[in-house]
Amino acid sequence: MTVLFGQLFTGISIGAVLLLIALGLALTFGQMNVINMAHGEFIMAGAYTTYVLQQSITGAGLSLVVALPVAFVVAGTMGVLLEVLLIRRLYARPLDTLLVTWGVSLMLQQLARDVFGSPNVQTRAPELLTGNVALPGGLTIANNRLFILTLALAAVAALTLALRLTPLGRRIRAVVQNRDLAAVSGIATSRVDRTTFFLGSGLAGLAGVALTLLGPIGPTMGTNLIIDAFLVVVVGGIGQLKGSVIVAFALGVLQATGEYLTTLSVAKVIVFVAIVAFLQWRPQGLFTLRTRSLA
Amino acid sequence: MSLFRGRRILAGAMTLVAAAAMTACGSKTTDEASATGVTADVSGDTVKVGLLNSLSGTMAISEVTVRDAIMLAVEEINSAGGVLGKKIQPVGEDGASDWPTFAEKAEKLISEDRVAAVFGCWTSASRKAVKPVFEKNKALLFYPVQYEGLEQSPYIFYTGATTNQQIVPGLDYLKAQGAKSVYLVGSDYVFPRTANKIIKAYAAANGMAVLGEDYAPLGSTEFGTIVNKVKSSGADAVFNTLNGDSNVAFFKEYKSAGLTAASMPVVSVSIAEEEVKSIGTQYLEGQLTAWNYYQTTPGAANSKFVAAYKAKYGADKPTSDPMEAAYVGVHLWKAMVEKAGAFDVEKVRSASNGITFDAPEGLVTVDGTTQHIAKTARIGKIGADGLITEVWNSGKPVAPDPYLKTYPWASGLS
Repeated sequence: MTVLFGQLFTGISIGAVLLLIALGLALTFGQMNVINMAHGEFIMAGAYTTYVLQQSITGAGLSLVVALPVAFVVAGTMGVLLEVLLIRRLYARPLDTLLVTWGVSLMLQQLARDVFGSPNVQTRAPELLTGNVALPGGLTIANNRLFILTLALAAVAALTLALRLTPLGRRIRAVVQNRDLAAVSGIATSRVDRTTFFLGSGLAGLAGVALTLLGPIGPTMGTNLIIDAFLVVVVGGIGQLKGSVIVAFALGVLQATGEYLTTLSVAKVIVFVAIVAFLQWRPQGLFTLRTRSLA
Repeated sequence: MSLFRGRRILAGAMTLVAAAAMTACGSKTTDEASATGVTADVSGDTVKVGLLNSLSGTMAISEVTVRDAIMLAVEEINSAGGVLGKKIQPVGEDGASDWPTFAEKAEKLISEDRVAAVFGCWTSASRKAVKPVFEKNKALLFYPVQYEGLEQSPYIFYTGATTNQQIVPGLDYLKAQGAKSVYLVGSDYVFPRTANKIIKAYAAANGMAVLGEDYAPLGSTEFGTIVNKVKSSGADAVFNTLNGDSNVAFFKEYKSAGLTAASMPVVSVSIAEEEVKSIGTQYLEGQLTAWNYYQTTPGAANSKFVAAYKAKYGADKPTSDPMEAAYVGVHLWKAMVEKAGAFDVEKVRSASNGITFDAPEGLVTVDGTTQHIAKTARIGKIGADGLITEVWNSGKPVAPDPYLKTYPWASGLS
């Protein structure tokens, strides 16, 4: 029973990590259809931001709190730069975008290597987050996992509310559903694109901060995450946040169950097979956005 | 148009492949010329030795420190007059954490630089990659890292521990502490898998239960499930053969799950002072390690080594077991050459038996048959200051037994 609960929680927390790394991509890839291979490097930028801040702010707790908004802005700004300098010029050419952003991803990895050195670095977690919450019956919930879960859910809630209720959210939705019609209605679509990209990349920065609580920070950490992030968005369905949320947790629990019953590597295979089978059945993903646009 | 461009790219690629094939042929002729072994160039008043370590890539963090330790030994020997009156001239190469590169650089050091001996390699994968190169050229490699045993090349001297000098004493210690069951966690490659095979054979013969065995791919950082399984197994101890950064994620998860050194100690065989510094003592305090040397090991030879190392590379740099083994390797080679009275590889090999050196870890003796060295086994506990203090040692150097022939329980292993 304890094991079952532990595994369920492990699955949910793997899901929370997946959700965090995929959420930004759900915006930029899901909403704007930009295949940004450098998304993983924005996550890395968020993680290194935490590391740099910890060099100057000694309190581990305080530096983590400060790192959240700072990493959001740092990664968001990098995203805007990428959008303005490169992606904007390639909106009609998805394959070129893929190659260009992959090149940017390699350059950012090398930059991280040159600045921080090729060995991975670590941050100190605040003492509060290294412990756990003990529940009756010998069950424990790790505080850092709980923190990541809360952060992921808060990010989803904030993003959903922003898309539904704010004028900016309305504009983003309008551009996603029909870009040309939005443009003729007086929406400055290129400015909306830039803002969307800022938000999506900023969310990657947040994910980076969260990941420092779980493992090391290194130049290649983004590469290891980008595939998982794309899987979540593709299976969840383009243009929908709820699809990504459901799929992230489903894949997390599937992964944890597979790991428990077999081994880590086999679990990964099980997840991939499940995804391929699912996409055979529903190539459009879990949810699809119905639009009236012709494209 | 695009098709045409595609063809041109294809043609370009084929030219490249052809060029590569020709280069390969070119190097093959040199191979044949050296089939009888390359003799080292010792005609001048210096003697060249090769230093083969990863200065870039994922292993650089560990291997750079080994390079530093080798350089320290070379300087010490040179300032004391060199070897057989010749100063040592080090030739450094970067293995780049890439095993084919190791083989290529080894060939270059032997055939082009004509070095008298090579010091280096870290992972078993890199050692396995260069082994045929050294055997073919009849050249010498001094390998400084603990490894999985079951190997004995005539052209390699193993100055790190083999299994009966590290893993077996680690298990003996756990048994003496009353551990009735262990859980095995390791990275998914040759060293942990071989080590765990040995551990399981030991456990079966010593009434110790192995409650589980899990492997994570190298570089894996998701340990939720493994730690959950470890925790629910209720094992008395964990034997950890994880390598590299996975240790960071593992120990973070371990602490989060409420497991401590007091409730379920972890014995690690790949975490030395350098790694402790990077994982963070907040996660490691009180956990156990199995090695042959710690920075805190008492003795005049070690005080001298630690002081010299810190003076050269900085007061905040710790010294660790593989560094010490690399440093000892250079000094042992010098002693062998002087006993043989020549740099000739076969003469050095036959002079090796019984060579001793007052190493930082204590007196070490070369066993000429296995070309391993007798070393004292030490179990240490990680302290809050990041240093490791010895809690147990074997009292005397343990004779190397790479094939575990003297252990009846290991008869089924090969």
